[in-house]
Amino acid sequence: MRSSSFFSLQSLVLALIIIGLIALALGGYLAPASRVLFKPLISAQTWLALRYQTIQNYLSSPQDVARLRQRNQELEAEVSRLQSEIIDLQQQLAETRVLSALVDFARAHPENRYVAASVIGRDPSPFVKYVIINRGSDDGLRRGMPVVTAQGLVGRVAAVTAGAARVQLITDPDSSVNIRLEPTAAEGILVGSLTGKLSLDMIPQEASVQTGNLVLTSGLGGNYPANILIGQVANVHREETDLFQTADVQPTVDFSRLEIVLIIVNFRPVDISPLFPTPGAP
Amino acid sequence: MAFFLAFPILSGLIILQTALVSHMRLLQGAADLILVALIAWAIQKPVRTAWSWGILAGLLVGYVSAIPFGVILVGYLLAVALAVMLRQRVWQLPILAMLIATFFGTLLVHLVEILALRLVDTPLPFWEAINLVTLPSILLNLVLALPMYALFNDLANWLYPQPLEM
Repeated sequence: MRSSSFFSLQSLVLALIIIGLIALALGGYLAPASRVLFKPLISAQTWLALRYQTIQNYLSSPQDVARLRQRNQELEAEVSRLQSEIIDLQQQLAETRVLSALVDFARAHPENRYVAASVIGRDPSPFVKYVIINRGSDDGLRRGMPVVTAQGLVGRVAAVTAGAARVQLITDPDSSVNIRLEPTAAEGILVGSLTGKLSLDMIPQEASVQTGNLVLTSGLGGNYPANILIGQVANVHREETDLFQTADVQPTVDFSRLEIVLIIVNFRPVDISPLFPTPGAP
Repeated sequence: MAFFLAFPILSGLIILQTALVSHMRLLQGAADLILVALIAWAIQKPVRTAWSWGILAGLLVGYVSAIPFGVILVGYLLAVALAVMLRQRVWQLPILAMLIATFFGTLLVHLVEILALRLVDTPLPFWEAINLVTLPSILLNLVLALPMYALFNDLANWLYPQPLEM
């Protein structure tokens, strides 16, 4: 009897303590105590969890590294592909710009008919200034046809095959073009040189030539149409004791970067040699 | 076999020359891939087709170039003759022979071209041509000489395998 009453008293006290703790906890009075009590437990839990994660990462890292390497390779390949695509698109954009300028030039000169051609090579000999284009007699090209770009005169067709042609540049040492200066209307001859420099020769002493004068084809001699821009006078050389003035010309065309040119196909050079008397002829 | 390889090899070299090499200038000079290749081929000891390669190269380049036809053929044949002569006299030092042949071969070809252009009344100042074109071209050809020699040495050994001495 005594023991049963002791146990029921014990149970009652225990229940009251539990109820009291719950009430205190619900009231928030146990927070400082729980903080002190649970802190070491939380630290131990954290330590154990970190060790577990380290071990887990170590055991699973080969798979992750392999996956990352593969993904890296895929991304590098994609970057290379995109970079080469960018280069192709930039090249197309540059070609489009050149073609657009040539179309504008053709529209500004509707009296001429043009065939566009790409420059595909240069003469193997360094003594001459010729380029090779990818249009030929199959495209209507003939020997002597003038070649221009949107910037100005390039040269003329010197030799033609079915699918290609050779163009003599105006910078060739053997090239000569009859020119006219603007605005002075002085006439002369534009000649090339071994270095590619352009110069004017046979300008009359009394003609007015100034730096900055525009140099245009005159059409004399029948080799080129008139009024095609060539360049500007850069320096004038005038000596009183000389028969003619000479001048240096800055061309408008960059001959080192020729990519696409226009051939004027409705112009045929005029052969005026029958007009010159031959020695011994009546 | 060596004779039949001439056309594709020389055609490929001409395409490279016109599309790439002629754009790479030093002053006004440019390397001549075909000339260096001819000399490298002619200087190889077992080669017997140097003259036919020279004729074919001269005809192909003469067709493409604006230099009067036949001039380049004469120049290349002179260079081949020089290379063959050096092969016989400097046979123990083939690399030295290659460099000497490249130097004088380039000079010969350029002198022939200058002479031909002056004969057709092209205004070409002689010393300006030598200083601005020939000397830089010689330098560029000398740079190409050793790699070309190595390539054509391998080609010659493949086409004309030497018997092993026991």
